[in-house]
Amino acid sequence: MTFTAQIINVLAACILLTSFGLLVQRRIYGLLRIFAWQGLFLSASTALVAYTAGMNHLYISAALTLTLKVVVLPYILYVLVNRLNIYRDVEPLVNIPATMLIGIVLVIFSYHLTAPIRELSTLVTRTTLAVALSTVLLGFLMMITRKKAVTQIIGFLALENGLFFAATSATYGMPLVIELGVALDILIAAFIFGIFIFQIRTTFDSLDLKEMEKLKEHEGA
Amino acid sequence: MIIVALFTVSLFSAVMLAIIGDRRLAAEINILASFATFVISLFLAVDVYHSGGMTAADNYFFVDAFNVYLVVLTTFVSTTTAVFSRNYMRFERAHGKVGHKGMRFYHAMFQMFIFAMLLALLTNNVGVLWISMELATLSTVLLVSLYRTPSSVEAAWKYFILCGVGIALALFGTILLYFASEKVVGEGTQGLLWTNLILVSDRLEPTILSLAFIFFVVGYGTKVGLVPLHNWLPDAHSEGPTPISAVLSGLLLNIALYALVRCKVLVNKAMGSNWAGEIMMGFGILSLIVASFSLLRQKDVKRMFAYSSIEHMGIATFAFGLGGPIATFGGLLHMLVHSLTKSSIFFTVGHAAQISGTQHIANIKGLIKANPLVGWGMVFGVIAITGMPPFGVFASEFLILTATMKYAPMLIPLFMLGIAVAFAALFRKMQTMVFGDPPEVRQEISAAHVPVFLHMALVLVLGLYFPQFLQRWFLDAVEILK
Repeated sequence: MTFTAQIINVLAACILLTSFGLLVQRRIYGLLRIFAWQGLFLSASTALVAYTAGMNHLYISAALTLTLKVVVLPYILYVLVNRLNIYRDVEPLVNIPATMLIGIVLVIFSYHLTAPIRELSTLVTRTTLAVALSTVLLGFLMMITRKKAVTQIIGFLALENGLFFAATSATYGMPLVIELGVALDILIAAFIFGIFIFQIRTTFDSLDLKEMEKLKEHEGA
Repeated sequence: MIIVALFTVSLFSAVMLAIIGDRRLAAEINILASFATFVISLFLAVDVYHSGGMTAADNYFFVDAFNVYLVVLTTFVSTTTAVFSRNYMRFERAHGKVGHKGMRFYHAMFQMFIFAMLLALLTNNVGVLWISMELATLSTVLLVSLYRTPSSVEAAWKYFILCGVGIALALFGTILLYFASEKVVGEGTQGLLWTNLILVSDRLEPTILSLAFIFFVVGYGTKVGLVPLHNWLPDAHSEGPTPISAVLSGLLLNIALYALVRCKVLVNKAMGSNWAGEIMMGFGILSLIVASFSLLRQKDVKRMFAYSSIEHMGIATFAFGLGGPIATFGGLLHMLVHSLTKSSIFFTVGHAAQISGTQHIANIKGLIKANPLVGWGMVFGVIAITGMPPFGVFASEFLILTATMKYAPMLIPLFMLGIAVAFAALFRKMQTMVFGDPPEVRQEISAAHVPVFLHMALVLVLGLYFPQFLQRWFLDAVEILK
């Protein structure tokens, strides 16, 4: 294994580590910081893949990741959290060890699922596909276990990070048109999230999604 | 060239309506813009009819018999919905449910949504398909919460999160598909074009494609509303403005199914078996059964018809999964008639809810006496959607049933059970709503009857007589989806 490939693997490990960090961090500022770090690792690994494979368009997506995931989105969320005065909120998390264990199971599952693909791939980055899938699934897990709107958003964005990582690690990046489109979609989604936060705040007076469980099947109502 | 014109009109009118805002003629411009796209799509259809499928703008877009019929359907239903929404939204506006900003946003996003759906249908690129599906979600998500009631915000949030996550998985599937195809087709945009993928489909790596299909089913299946991924659908349909329910149910679900069917054809060819089809059959039959039993206990009228949409999408998914000429033909027809019938039902339901001032089934009474055309519209709508002859839904369900009888006879009891339960549920609840005496207190509305009866007439015609050109169209599409 070449030196750069090893570095890419280290970065993959860092991304996985940050996913677990997101899973158990209770404070919102802490979450934002970890999320920005994850974006940074993602961007670095993309740039490195671009360098080793000589794919110039990957530099663009690395720059895109850097601006969007490390600067713009964390900043928007930071402003939002300050504006809404929720930065002191500490989320009660039930059973951190159990969540971690489920997370580990998900990682093993991803390795198992991508095993046949790893054997087919000849790319430098093939071992990282499993990490990408794990990041996606851990993002999922975070969205399921968290009950606050802002933390669910961070979970969603972490999930998208996993997808970006999959795109670079499995295929040296999708064609540029696609990456730009996806980035645009994510940006719009982030804005809609922001609008939503205000809507939820004004209609429910709280950002706790426990309030939002009215719409169930109205049995005998 | 025509394709580009199609996009330009809807995108341009979205911008225009955003600028015009809540002026007097906004609703009329919305109708006009939708109608213009409809006319253009007819030209496109004639073109495809005479010269077969084609690609345009340097292979970025492509049309064949399969997507062109959905394009015509999409533009047609959006035109009639625009006509309906003119009357409907005027009432909502007069009763203070939406404000000034809300109306501006509503009209602009309505056209944006049409643009996103057309892009999803006509793009040749699997990646752009994903982007436009996401765009379709994003443009409707804030429309669901247009009224800003707690339950509508909740419904919109659920819609956003579930469809957002679901569609993220479809992106993972797209990445895997690209991973498989770049080995065969080469890197760059070429590796994501449907037209290229279909040509090399038997050389794509089956293990990767089977994995990709799982992600596609979960991703696009969430948008189709397949059980158990359907949770967002009844909420979004019942809480949003009714014109949006009509286009979500009649159009968006079709587009998602379209994406899924394209993927299924590809994966089946790569694997050399009907593995992907079998997965779709499973999801389809499960949706049919679960949705039809859920129909029995609904109290909210829009929610009930949302479940009916899940049921019918289940039937169509099942039909495409089954494959073969008859089932595929039935599936295509089912998408068409379901879309027409369900949107017309939502039109009448919207007016019925305005008359009664509630969506609660128990409080909607005596529609025929209160407003005969709305009442009879609902009667015919329910008769059509439950698959009674002579309406078109009967024809499509009969075709699908015939094919099931031949290829999967074991599933016939389940299929029949689903349809029968749905019939019982809908028919019983419809009777209490349309017959009897209306309550004393009710709202006077100026209903839009033309869209409803136009749709019903079309569904009736399709049940009695199948036009030659449509038959050739569908047979071409069946050939493509083989």
